[in-house]
Amino acid sequence: MRRTSWVILGFLILGLGARGVEAWELEAFETTLDNGLKVLLLEEHKAPVVTFHIWYRVGSRNEQVGHTGLAHLMEHMMFKGTPTIGGQEFSRIIKRNGGRDNAFTSQDYTGYFVTLAADRIHLPLQLESDRMVNLRLDTDEVKRERSVVMEERRLRTEDDPSSALWEEIQAAAFKAHPYGNPIIGWMEDLRQLHQADLAAFYKSYYSPNNAVVVVVGDFDRAKLLPKIKKAFGSIPRGLNPPSVRSVEPPQNGQRRVVLTRPDAQLPSIVAAYHVPTLTDSDSYALEVLEVVLAGGKSAQLHRHLVYEMQLALNAGAYYSRVSADPDLFSLYCTVAPGKSVGEMEEALFAEIEQLKSKLISSRELQKAKNQIEASFIFSQDSIFSLARQLASYEIVAGWRSVNAYLPGIRAVTREDLRRVARKYLVAENRTVGILVPGRDPSEK
Amino acid sequence: MKNEEWRLIRPRMRTGLVLLLLGIVLPRLVEAVPLGHRVERDNGLILLVAERPTLPMVTVEILVRTGSTEEPREKAGLANLTAVLLPEGTVSRTALEISEAIEFVGGGLGADASRNHSTLSVTVLKKDLDIGLELLADVLLHPAFREDEIARKIGELKGYIRQKQENPGTVAREAFAAALFGDHPYGRPVEGTEKSLNRITRKDLVNFHRRYYVPNNSIMAVAGEVTLKEFRGYVDKYFTGWARAAVPTVNPGNAAAPAGRQVLKINRGVTQANIVWGHLGIARRNPDYYALSVMNFILGGGGLTSRLMRAIREERGWAYDVHSFFSARLLPGPFVVGLQTKNETANPAIDEVLRQIRRIRETGVTPEELEEAKGFLTGSFPLRIDTNRDVVSFLTAIEYYGLGMDYPDRYPEFIRAVTRADVLRVARKYLHPDQGILVVVADLEKAKLAF
Repeated sequence: MRRTSWVILGFLILGLGARGVEAWELEAFETTLDNGLKVLLLEEHKAPVVTFHIWYRVGSRNEQVGHTGLAHLMEHMMFKGTPTIGGQEFSRIIKRNGGRDNAFTSQDYTGYFVTLAADRIHLPLQLESDRMVNLRLDTDEVKRERSVVMEERRLRTEDDPSSALWEEIQAAAFKAHPYGNPIIGWMEDLRQLHQADLAAFYKSYYSPNNAVVVVVGDFDRAKLLPKIKKAFGSIPRGLNPPSVRSVEPPQNGQRRVVLTRPDAQLPSIVAAYHVPTLTDSDSYALEVLEVVLAGGKSAQLHRHLVYEMQLALNAGAYYSRVSADPDLFSLYCTVAPGKSVGEMEEALFAEIEQLKSKLISSRELQKAKNQIEASFIFSQDSIFSLARQLASYEIVAGWRSVNAYLPGIRAVTREDLRRVARKYLVAENRTVGILVPGRDPSEK
Repeated sequence: MKNEEWRLIRPRMRTGLVLLLLGIVLPRLVEAVPLGHRVERDNGLILLVAERPTLPMVTVEILVRTGSTEEPREKAGLANLTAVLLPEGTVSRTALEISEAIEFVGGGLGADASRNHSTLSVTVLKKDLDIGLELLADVLLHPAFREDEIARKIGELKGYIRQKQENPGTVAREAFAAALFGDHPYGRPVEGTEKSLNRITRKDLVNFHRRYYVPNNSIMAVAGEVTLKEFRGYVDKYFTGWARAAVPTVNPGNAAAPAGRQVLKINRGVTQANIVWGHLGIARRNPDYYALSVMNFILGGGGLTSRLMRAIREERGWAYDVHSFFSARLLPGPFVVGLQTKNETANPAIDEVLRQIRRIRETGVTPEELEEAKGFLTGSFPLRIDTNRDVVSFLTAIEYYGLGMDYPDRYPEFIRAVTRADVLRVARKYLHPDQGILVVVADLEKAKLAF
């Protein structure tokens, strides 16, 4: 399990590059079928393996009030079978053929994937095209799966203090935009999600014109493309799904949330700032700033707060750059035993103030850029992460925007970092969340 | 990467996974290209090299055949502390100089320990391989173990030990290991306890390092854009002076399984009961390992299609995750079933786990189940050695357990040879539903445990 959820959040999406350190252009083959299905293909022949992804342009940001958790429950229901492929059969067929399958839901998208030996690529084509149109949504199955998701919520959030703190912060930071809702949904909403809600959701969002297929691995494009057309081409185009209109209004003053939890052992602090996404050129400087602050043990936060001052047990930063709508830039730390929340918070904000008053050294800037470039190359080692990066960029801003990433990073100056720190990392734009270990009411 | 919820189980690492990773292999369609070269050096170091020139990067892992099993019980945490302190300063570099140097080139350098081994690793771009290996060799051969760094790391570990209490799953698993293994080294957490950490001195660390971090007790694996010839040159250049030495043998023997049933109830204000049930399992070298891999896949190792998942999640909606595994270590490790369910359904969920275990012992498995398990286990190998990181872990594990470099070719044969009769036999031999240790961390008032 996760020791703290923050450690995992610390991974960046780093996009990808092509061979070599200088040549960064990633060239996937792109086409759109007549029914609107986008297809991206990237041949990669290092092993006889292929990863097939189909992502739908729908996530928790598309949910309505009272229906939080619907996108994620829909994802679970996609494995419950069709008239020709019984419940469980999907995974069973893939397993029998030595493959792996899974799915995930984010704020912006819902992704399904199968990774398996290259000569079995016909299986995901057949199974995914079938459940794009023929899903069986049985009322009893919905009830059971709803219970499973409620157990998932208990596991991930109810009994995990640091996840619970993140949920509070998102809810406080967004008052108008659905990014304020947890992806898994509020427990009270989950209890009331019904078959009819899912059927309507499936009809609105699960159509070829709202999906993107990405295949990476050992295949011949000339042979694969006709197979994809054959499997998906006859599915009729759906209606255009409703767009998300919500825009989060500017924040005009600091917000604070305090979460008291008997199961928390140590206090922790999160400070989250509203920031733009990849469509804004400031996003490059914010991306570099994240690495300057939290790219390892020699980075500013760990070096000062954990190593030198020993105020924090851990400290990091997280920026969600590849995001459909503006999201948050967050700093987080766990207070070391024996230290107070007050001194920790003060020291954390002093780090931010320093970024605004002083330029970082040229070496610090170069280090952050080197880390980002190296991670780019490392990320190409896995066909799964290649597919995932293509798909997430495609859904958020078009996959070609991945090729703007490294040039954008390289152009960032020390002045840019100071400028974005002054512009975004200000108290009025900040939501602070504090996790306080509290007494267990049952311990009398 | 956006924050995401996963349908199944978010991919995670579990101790002992290296062993499970071995349970997989090349399907027939892959031509028999050896995964790597194996060379024994004059100083006893085993060198394993996988030439993978597709990306300009290199990953190196050094496995030392010593872990918390070799430390004295009163100094629990010594093996781990030794490992994690290696990158925290050498005779000629401070902790900060080391992290600054590796991070400046965008690389990663790390060290940790588990029950039976310790690991150091580095990943760098090919152009930075000299820097990476110079640092790796320096932290391996010349750690300083400075008093201030020791104190700092112990402080950090104590904080982490305290924070672990936040996770009911960790609390349950640690209580289970302590009850099952007692005073055996497998019974205690690798990072030790607040008390045992206080007893560790600089001298202990220096001695532990001197005794065990020797080439004839180590395996070095590399994967990436490098040839065997080239890498030999690097080893000659950076690891000179790493001399063979006698390694003290510590053999705690196999743990004695507690007789009969045991139930541990731990009261916490949680919404879910965290349930761990199990008993002693097998060592990795047990020849029944393959039949058990198949049996466990069907019982609770096969994700959504396993019997436990079907019965508890799919048919009843009681849990998000339920799994079983044999942690096959150097010495016999545990067999574990784990699940989380709301306090109110703890009793029937435990009943169902035991019912499924009895069932597989009584009636075995169907031909379809057997074929699915064998298809997955033999077919999914290339998926698991997708990255350089995967390859070095796989190579060191093959060497560590003496499986031979042809193991990827032999494994499918072992799995294909497993019959329904074998599965039934090992289920009866290695599953003990009437014994075992049950740990439940729950709101006991709500769970009203009947056990």
